[in-house]
Amino acid sequence: MEQRREVVRMRGIVKRFPGVLANDHIDFRLIEGEIHSLLGENGAGKTTLMNILAGLYRPDEGQIYFYDKLVSFKNPGEALHMGIGMIHQHFKLVSRFTVAENIILGLRDSFALNYSEIRKRVSRISRNFGLEIDPDSLVSRLSVGEQQRVEILKMLFRHVRILIMDEPTAVLTPGEVESLFKTIRLLRDKGCSVVFITHKLEEVIQVSDYITVLRRGKVMSTVRPEKVQKRNGIAKAELARMMVGREVILEVGKEPLKPGELLLEIAHLSVRGDRGELAVKDVSFALRRGEILGILGVAGNGQTELVETLVGLRKDFQGRVEIKVNPKTSRPFTLHYVPEDRIHRGSVPSMSIAYNMILTCLSRFTQGVFLKNKAIFKWARGRISAFRISPSDPDRKASQLSGGNLQKVILARELAWDPDILVAEQPTHGLDVGATEEVWQSLIEQRRRGAGILLISGDIREALSLADRLLILFRGEVMDLFPVTDDRRLGSIGPLMAGVRI
Amino acid sequence: MEIQLKRRLQPLGVAKFLLPLGSILVALTLGGGLFIVSGVNPFFAYWEMMRGAFGTFYNFSEVIVRATPLIFCALSVAIAGKMQLWNIGAEGQLVVGGMAGMGTGLFIAPHLPPVIGITAMLVAGLLGGGMWGLISGVLRARWNVSEIISTLMLNYVAIIWMEHLYFGPWRDPAGRGFPGTAMLPDALRLPRFWGTRIHLGFFLSLLAAFFVWGVLKYTKWGYQINVIGESQKAARYAGFPIDRNILIIMFLSGALAGLSGISEIAGIHFRLQQGLAAGNGYVGIIVAWLASLDPLLSAVISILLGALMVGGDQLQIIMHIPSSIGLVLEGIILFCVIGGKVFQTYTLSFVREEHL
Repeated sequence: MEQRREVVRMRGIVKRFPGVLANDHIDFRLIEGEIHSLLGENGAGKTTLMNILAGLYRPDEGQIYFYDKLVSFKNPGEALHMGIGMIHQHFKLVSRFTVAENIILGLRDSFALNYSEIRKRVSRISRNFGLEIDPDSLVSRLSVGEQQRVEILKMLFRHVRILIMDEPTAVLTPGEVESLFKTIRLLRDKGCSVVFITHKLEEVIQVSDYITVLRRGKVMSTVRPEKVQKRNGIAKAELARMMVGREVILEVGKEPLKPGELLLEIAHLSVRGDRGELAVKDVSFALRRGEILGILGVAGNGQTELVETLVGLRKDFQGRVEIKVNPKTSRPFTLHYVPEDRIHRGSVPSMSIAYNMILTCLSRFTQGVFLKNKAIFKWARGRISAFRISPSDPDRKASQLSGGNLQKVILARELAWDPDILVAEQPTHGLDVGATEEVWQSLIEQRRRGAGILLISGDIREALSLADRLLILFRGEVMDLFPVTDDRRLGSIGPLMAGVRI
Repeated sequence: MEIQLKRRLQPLGVAKFLLPLGSILVALTLGGGLFIVSGVNPFFAYWEMMRGAFGTFYNFSEVIVRATPLIFCALSVAIAGKMQLWNIGAEGQLVVGGMAGMGTGLFIAPHLPPVIGITAMLVAGLLGGGMWGLISGVLRARWNVSEIISTLMLNYVAIIWMEHLYFGPWRDPAGRGFPGTAMLPDALRLPRFWGTRIHLGFFLSLLAAFFVWGVLKYTKWGYQINVIGESQKAARYAGFPIDRNILIIMFLSGALAGLSGISEIAGIHFRLQQGLAAGNGYVGIIVAWLASLDPLLSAVISILLGALMVGGDQLQIIMHIPSSIGLVLEGIILFCVIGGKVFQTYTLSFVREEHL
């Protein structure tokens, strides 16, 4: 094999943020025409490192060589000009512009716009790279997967040689992931280098030529491609170990199912979404004590509307949502909710951990009109140590917590009162392996205690590890509902999530 | 060489207190330039302003008099701001509070025992301002009309309404055509203290500051308001009523401004006349921002701004410079202090350009 050129070499990169050393003397090499995965937990410094390469941040120390020449980018525009482009996790598109308008946004070659020429170029590029898209459609009308194509087109239009993608698969359906990988491979074959930031092990093994594993701002290892492919079986566990620094138990200890009394019954539920479309269509299911019902689906298939209706945040629906009456208390069973949006719904970032701990149980900590501050802080301290939340100071602001610790604050709060029904919405989304495991363990513990848990998830692995029964949701419809012990139907999960009934 | 803003790695410690002082120092330096341009020695001018504001007990008492309506108005803006509601209408609410209070003072209170009469006037002022604020609250809660616009526009309505009253139906028949209502009888004036114009309103305003501070910090409702202000999503999740609290807060905000109006009338002017709408509602916005919406700090800063205004008056008397120089200084200070807040989270660093 011919020796291919080194495109980028980053040497001794250091970047500090308040309270964190995001990049700690990182060396990174990128070869022409390779797909290079940056693997690591959240907060490992992957995105920071690439933001530096793309000119968004400046390193505090270290050098960047581009084709053996020392460079320093003042802004992303300069990096882009050299052929380094980055697609961020949250797309930077103007939703009221068309695809073509978005693609030329910020181009500086001429004042006058030649639309027909641009359109021609856009369609030519999209044909060449299998990125089918109508240059005249409005971005607001496009699906997330299509918007991502627009972002890629934008980069190709600017002749990038290095394409950095930050968690590109987080929002895609399995089918869309496949076509994205196809595009990435095409790019590689044309000599582009692709950097792929992710924390999903399966994808890394599937697509990369080269893997760099980061942990806490340091490079743990760079793995050669052949190695990974040959030892596919154990490679996953090994990569996971490198990511988190210890053996990760991917199996959870779960006792066999002992379903108890009926807690919640949903019958023929239909809900309209914010734009008036039918987001949930005729959904029925029941939840019993001691079981975890996994509602599995790609984000945006009616989960939000379904959950908001269940927990009472959406009042406008058709059908029946019935929380049964607890014979012991003669009141409805208690329901607690762990929302997907941890930062803005589940917590108040500018408030202390202690005050976040009472968000949904305020009335337990008041005397008349006054807050019982002493009791609040004492209780918060207890919860913090029970859930091993760090920092352990209840006075710290929630905004200073990592995603995993913030989720633990929310769980500590919602699980404190032994809810009969727990609605956990994407409880481990964006969390690292260690935190994910802790969240899973607390859900299992709640199940053992006899709670009925509704687990809304887009992660097949999570749903399979935790749930007793699976409900597959696609475009607001129940595709199937079956126990996880049904091996025959497990194989159909992927297609069902994509809306294909076999 | 290139200048960059960088996020601070550690939050500021002691420097947190030095920062606003430094900002003010910068502002005074800039203001000094202004004096030089006007042909005055800046040190002398500042000295005169200091003397004007703090030189004698009487001068200082005038500072307190100036600060009194500001404290109410700043609290009005701050409490609304806690819920991310921007009340630009403290001016109008002040005027309506003044009208309601003065109306009570003219037509009802004279028939009551003085203590009850004064109380009735204060309550009327509070209710009047509150209702005026509530209009914007209803518009916001019910139809999502921006309170910034509605409160601002209602200022003009209130001022013209007041002018109509003292030019028209409420004009003092014995006033020989002077535009203004009749004077309040002595029994219905707020008590003054120590031979100065400091009146009961000042102590009420301090009471109000402690009240607002305590409510926000120590009560269940205050907690809810803070949550709603920070994140409506979280508030809805926790089940706090948002629309109802918009109404309550806009009423309270207006009520505080209304108290400002009636306390000015019953403590200083004794009648409804031109000059009641002297811009305290707008300066209150500045104070609330300088105080980062903190109620107690609002009171302190009101007094400092009061000193600036009284000092400005002194300049006019002694040095024949327009007293509006006080307002200009106020603007420069606001600019510097709010601009200086950037350095709470950022630090400047100078980067040497590397040669390629």
